[in-house]
Amino acid sequence: MEKGKNFVLGVFDDEDVLVHGVHDIRKDGVKIKEVFTPFPVHGLDAALGYKPSNLPIAAFLFGMTGTCLGLTMMIGMMGYDWPMDIGGKPYVPLPDFIPITFEATVLFASLGMVGTFLAICGLGPWNNKPFMFDARSTDDKFVMVVDLDKNKMDQSQISNILRSHGASEVNFKSLT
Amino acid sequence: MTEEKFIFSAAIKKKIFYTMGAGILLLVIGIFMAMNGGHHAGHEVAEHADTHGGPIWQLRIIKDLWLNNVFFSGIAIVGVFFVAFNYIAQAGWGVVVKRVAESFGYFIPVGGVVMILLFVVFNHDLFHWTHHNLYESGAEFDEILNGKKGFLNFPFFLIRMVIYFVLWYFIWKSIRTNSVAEDLNADLKYHNKSIFWSAIFLLVFGVTSSTSAWDWVMSIDPHFFSTMFGWYVLASWFVSGLAMITLVVVTLKENGYLSVVNSSHLHDLGKFMFAFSIFWSYIWFAQFLLIYYANIPEESIYFVERLKNDVYSPIFFMNLFINFAFPFLTLMAAEAKRQAIILKIVAIAILIGHWFDFYIMMTPPLLKQEGGLDVKILFIEAGITMIFGGIFFYMILNGLSKASLVPKNHPMLQESVHHSIYL
Repeated sequence: MEKGKNFVLGVFDDEDVLVHGVHDIRKDGVKIKEVFTPFPVHGLDAALGYKPSNLPIAAFLFGMTGTCLGLTMMIGMMGYDWPMDIGGKPYVPLPDFIPITFEATVLFASLGMVGTFLAICGLGPWNNKPFMFDARSTDDKFVMVVDLDKNKMDQSQISNILRSHGASEVNFKSLT
Repeated sequence: MTEEKFIFSAAIKKKIFYTMGAGILLLVIGIFMAMNGGHHAGHEVAEHADTHGGPIWQLRIIKDLWLNNVFFSGIAIVGVFFVAFNYIAQAGWGVVVKRVAESFGYFIPVGGVVMILLFVVFNHDLFHWTHHNLYESGAEFDEILNGKKGFLNFPFFLIRMVIYFVLWYFIWKSIRTNSVAEDLNADLKYHNKSIFWSAIFLLVFGVTSSTSAWDWVMSIDPHFFSTMFGWYVLASWFVSGLAMITLVVVTLKENGYLSVVNSSHLHDLGKFMFAFSIFWSYIWFAQFLLIYYANIPEESIYFVERLKNDVYSPIFFMNLFINFAFPFLTLMAAEAKRQAIILKIVAIAILIGHWFDFYIMMTPPLLKQEGGLDVKILFIEAGITMIFGGIFFYMILNGLSKASLVPKNHPMLQESVHHSIYL
């Protein structure tokens, strides 16, 4: 086998076959690299054995940043830079600040989470060469990618296992 | 689907009667304590308060009867509300817990009768606006209340109360009858009729939830008004009702019933409690912020009486902690919402917390400085709540035992049985 990265692509037609297939193929000892689907498939993450995403931690950190910045902004403006008497309230009326603090938290958390997600997925203006294993995974096919170098079995064994668990076709792809 | 029936056994009945007995015992001890101990502190205030010569502990008991009846009637009506909005949303997941929510309606007639009796007998003690001399020229004449006479007057109030309960009971009965008939005869027409009655119920409840909150809770302090109050009481009732549904479902499951309820159903019930605890906090804060910001005297008196008063401020902050911070932090993780034991703890905390929410709404205008957190709460309030809780559970468990625990011919039953949420 030539040097470089070698992949076996199993193409599935049906999501139920896919989810059960993923489960059984992993049981047969094949390590699956990734599965590409045209839409989110419930239960696929669990079948693939993925750990829950760390994105909530990013969301929390960004949210806390928003909380601190929002409060700093309002306390700085209303308490120090230009104190104003509004309806006889204190210069730093915390109850009045809660809605804005909340909004700042939500804004930072959501934008930060989207940014993190795009950065992790490599989506952005710096990445102008989209790569797809099989373009049909954006239409009506479910594509399972198996990294040959990370599996002990050879190509024909893996092809047989994929076919026996419902893959409608099995392709080989080599990247250099 | 095999039919599964809840058996309201003698052992459970005995437990309920023991609870009620213990409640009566606590109440009697509490009354003796109040009669002997409360003389020095209670005298001055009792004259000041709106009683007609009766000691303050009598007013306290009347207030507790009213409070508990409003609280448990609210939970009962929220059970019907839960069934109704699940029908209208065509939500399939909740079918396996539907009978539990449906059974809450069995308390509605009890709540109605007790509330009408309490109002007819004790209206002068509970409601300042029922006094006649407020509307006749003289020293007691009250211009503000005179202006509200068109809405707050004895006959109209009583008629409204009767209308609420009659409508609620009638619509609940229609939904219930169709639901039970569906068990015997698999026909889609019962389902369609239930959807029809659910739509009617949502229309009726949309109006009556607010007006009943004005009547039963807000008019205790007749000079005060808040446009958020109907929502605030609805949010409190709703989250208590959801907690009660969850508590009953989890307890039934612990005792071997409702085996079709899986962790995904618990997850959804947990999400409901989590979401509507936040909803309640949102409404609470919206009301607080509007009143704080506008600072209109007849509105801000509500928070002056509760927040700026050492007697009530501990309850005020405890209310926020139990009803917002505790469920928010406990139920935040997805895994926590799937654990029966965590749901049970949070549901009980929410029920206690919202009982105190109603306490802080109703007590300050009636008991003035006498309603703080002291040992009497453990006897008088706890006793009366145990009696009401016993009646509530007797009615709903008795109702629950009359039909199958799972509506076996509900068209969405299979969807509900196979409900699964992937994390």
